[in-house]
Amino acid sequence: MVNIEIDGIPLKVDSSKMIIQAADEAGIDIPRFCYHKKLSIAANCRMCLVEVDKSRKALPACATPVTEGMKVFTHSKVAINAQRSVMEFLLINHPLDCPICDQGGECELQDLSMGYGEGVSRFTEGKRVVKDKDIGPLIRTDMTRCIHCTRCVRFGVEIAGVKELGATGRGEHMEIGTYVEHSLVSELSGNIIDLCPVGALTSKPFRYKARAWEMKAHPSIAPHDAIGSNIELHVRQNDVMRVVPRDNESINEAWLSDRDRFSYQALAHPKRLTDPMIKVDDDWQVVDWQTALETAIKGLQTIINKHGAEEVGGLISPTTTLEEAFLFQKWLRGLGVENIDHRLRQQDFSDHPQQYPLDNWTLGDVQESDAIVLIGSHIRAEQPILAHRIRQAAMMGAAVSNINFFLTDLLMPIEYEMAVDINTMLTTLAGIAKVLSTLMNDSDNDDEWQALYPERTPTAFEQNVAMQLSNAASATLIVGDLANHHPDAAKIRALVHKIAELSGSRCIVVPSANSHAHVIANTLPGKEAKNSLQMWQQSLRAYVLMGFDALHDTAVPVIAKQALKRASFVVALHSFDSEFLRQTADVILPMACFTETSGTFVGIDKQWQQFAGAVAPRGDSRPAWKILRVLGNVSHVEGFDYISSQDVVDEVRQIQAERHDKPIPPYIPDSLTVESDLMMISEVPMYRTDALLRHSEALQKTPETQRIQFARINRKEAEKHGLNHQTPLTLTQQDSVVRLPLEIDDSIADGCVYVATTTDAASRLVSLFGQVSVSQSEAAT
Amino acid sequence: MTEMVLTGPKQTLFTEQLRLALDKWIAKYPRGRAQSAVIPCLHILQEANGGWLSRAIMDALAEYLSISSISVYEVATFYSMFELEPVGKHKISLCTNISCMLCGSEEILEHLQQRLAIKPGETTADGLFTLKEVECLGACVGAPMLLMDKQYHEYLTKEKIDALIDEVQS
Ligand code: SF4
Ligand code: FES
Ligand code: FES
Repeated sequence: MVNIEIDGIPLKVDSSKMIIQAADEAGIDIPRFCYHKKLSIAANCRMCLVEVDKSRKALPACATPVTEGMKVFTHSKVAINAQRSVMEFLLINHPLDCPICDQGGECELQDLSMGYGEGVSRFTEGKRVVKDKDIGPLIRTDMTRCIHCTRCVRFGVEIAGVKELGATGRGEHMEIGTYVEHSLVSELSGNIIDLCPVGALTSKPFRYKARAWEMKAHPSIAPHDAIGSNIELHVRQNDVMRVVPRDNESINEAWLSDRDRFSYQALAHPKRLTDPMIKVDDDWQVVDWQTALETAIKGLQTIINKHGAEEVGGLISPTTTLEEAFLFQKWLRGLGVENIDHRLRQQDFSDHPQQYPLDNWTLGDVQESDAIVLIGSHIRAEQPILAHRIRQAAMMGAAVSNINFFLTDLLMPIEYEMAVDINTMLTTLAGIAKVLSTLMNDSDNDDEWQALYPERTPTAFEQNVAMQLSNAASATLIVGDLANHHPDAAKIRALVHKIAELSGSRCIVVPSANSHAHVIANTLPGKEAKNSLQMWQQSLRAYVLMGFDALHDTAVPVIAKQALKRASFVVALHSFDSEFLRQTADVILPMACFTETSGTFVGIDKQWQQFAGAVAPRGDSRPAWKILRVLGNVSHVEGFDYISSQDVVDEVRQIQAERHDKPIPPYIPDSLTVESDLMMISEVPMYRTDALLRHSEALQKTPETQRIQFARINRKEAEKHGLNHQTPLTLTQQDSVVRLPLEIDDSIADGCVYVATTTDAASRLVSLFGQVSVSQSEAAT
Repeated sequence: MTEMVLTGPKQTLFTEQLRLALDKWIAKYPRGRAQSAVIPCLHILQEANGGWLSRAIMDALAEYLSISSISVYEVATFYSMFELEPVGKHKISLCTNISCMLCGSEEILEHLQQRLAIKPGETTADGLFTLKEVECLGACVGAPMLLMDKQYHEYLTKEKIDALIDEVQS
């Protein structure tokens, strides 16, 4: 700690701080462009010049460390003169195009030039002009406006893990750009829009849509992944015009994934459902809410009376709120229905009700880990903010290893990695556990596990990973979606959990979206009741579907499709219309989207975050918790007189406090052998994870999304099956046959073929991660 | 050298001989700091490629050094001694910075342009010369001066220029 004085205010600050940090903490404003609290110090804009006692000239506050007895003057004549001169230089080449610049009104340069700029320019020479670059569908560039602060460049290197933007040329000819035109690959790329202090990098979808001062900011929580990034919705009248991050050090820091930033576009999609509808003789009729709700209840009650409540299934998307989840199950349970589930893409329930609880940790702990192992996770796509935390750990020297069905560039240093099929994944995990159990001398007391470990000596990979984990002071294991959606997921989870136990690591089974809230709310099957997979496979007479597309968001698209077609009554609460929905549903209840409803999100770290609605629901649609409340009332289920969604939360909290779950003995698989010849890797593409995203225009245009149309297989498998990349691939799974263009890709594991889900073709397949046969005959359909 | 092997894993990125030359520089820096070797590596590659750097070469170097391509582009575009377009057999870099200008570099430039019938930044039709205007080369004491390939020529006069060009042309 040192004593300094800024503008006469005495301060005690940490000696590692720069003047600007001390000033920021004390709320003293120093102008700046290149300095950003989350990026390294470049000190290249010189806007932050301040006068320091005993120094001959003004010093950059962002790059001058505080020292004992230092006296700083931010508004003295020397400081102001220096700042004015810098401003004059910065404005030399900056265009005077504020009226047509999207940054106008929230531009740091505009603001500071009000304070430090001259009214008239002394520069009479020609201004330089820089050609704009096309860096993809999300970010628009106007490079003439760039002031070379290099924040965007440093962001790439230090946060995104990939240097895509750089400064080419020099002096007058220096330009920020990619040099070779291409779309940015980072899933966090949108953050450079916020970082850019001027209008050089702006949001493409938001371009010319609104001015900063026309919009009102509403705090909210992003719904697409399990992080619950804090966001701010910028609303004009009743439209969400854009989404920006809201600082929260313990969650998303200052960042936001592109997925959370641009998904708002779907809110105004023409496919939004706006009116309650019922099907009368195969015709859809728009009706009032009362009629729709009564029809829904009558339909369900008829089935229940005739065939029993076991013939009804309730399925709900894990992106919905805690309140919605709770009311959904409360209503259905009130009707006697126990077939309830939110685990739509899960296929292996053998470890149910095991939740692998992990409390009392924060995302920051991941960043502090010194060993991290990813298992069955394409972490950049699944949880971009978590990937960023892992990357920060890796850059600080943590050993990150990756075991997955395919390998992609995680944009961070990786210690050990391996692309495996399911069998190798299981034996490798068992091998790691074996090494650890020998190390820990654990072999006497768990015969059941010992029997599962491979007999062979552990491979070098297994030993390395095991050593990493046991040597680490803080180790984290992360089980991702690809593992969790696999038909043998329970085996993977059990093994990873065992490894965590043996090595004293933290085991994080990544939930999808808000599923922690759903577990709390108990949208899970009751005793003896059916889970999501059984509900489809055993074809029920009636379904209540909430917030998802059966073709894209389930593990068994074709089976789900058949079950819905066969069912005699289907009630759908949804926000987006589709042909399939109209074909299969009998009542459609339009529900409000994220931003239009209040609710609670329980993220990966089990933090409860509440948010309010920011805009009114579209058309006649309603927040789902209100729809469910009325459904409860109309069906005369007890305890549905909530006034606000807060009442619901209070009730959930109370139930939670009263609940004493007995610890569940860990699930131990019977065997680790799995028959697999050629397995499909069914990844849910980053920008297709829920209905909202699938309707977001800009995200659908990204190269990532464009690429999902291809099936991918490695060279070795291609040779084995006699495939080439010129002819489309025919995939056969039981009766389903689909054709896809083929790409040879050596990052795919042996014995696997990558087929993204949520595409037209994938929705014609029987089950995700299923066995398939491949061929390339021209004659196939 | 016209053809370079530029794809595939690191071993096959460059010829053995080139790799040896590059590795010598890379070895001068701590492990993981290969980026520091980018300038000497670019010089080596430029020379091996007839005086200029193609994009493919820069990309290959980026891969070889395990850095991003843009980090190589940044350096290559920053320094005027790196050429990003094909150049003539001999590169004449005439200094037109302050000392040389005061000592008459403008006339020299004029003369060079006339003699070669090209403007700065261009290459003669026979592919023999490329003319460039550059900033101070640190030889102000002998101003006006130029650099031809790797040789400084100082105290320039029109006669000296003629002699120089004649010598190359013959
Ligand atoms: S584009 Fe924006 S963020 Fe990047 S260097 Fe220019 S002004 Fe800074
Ligand atoms: S903010 Fe200090 S030099 Fe840019
Ligand atoms: S000015 Fe020409 S060499 Fe210095």
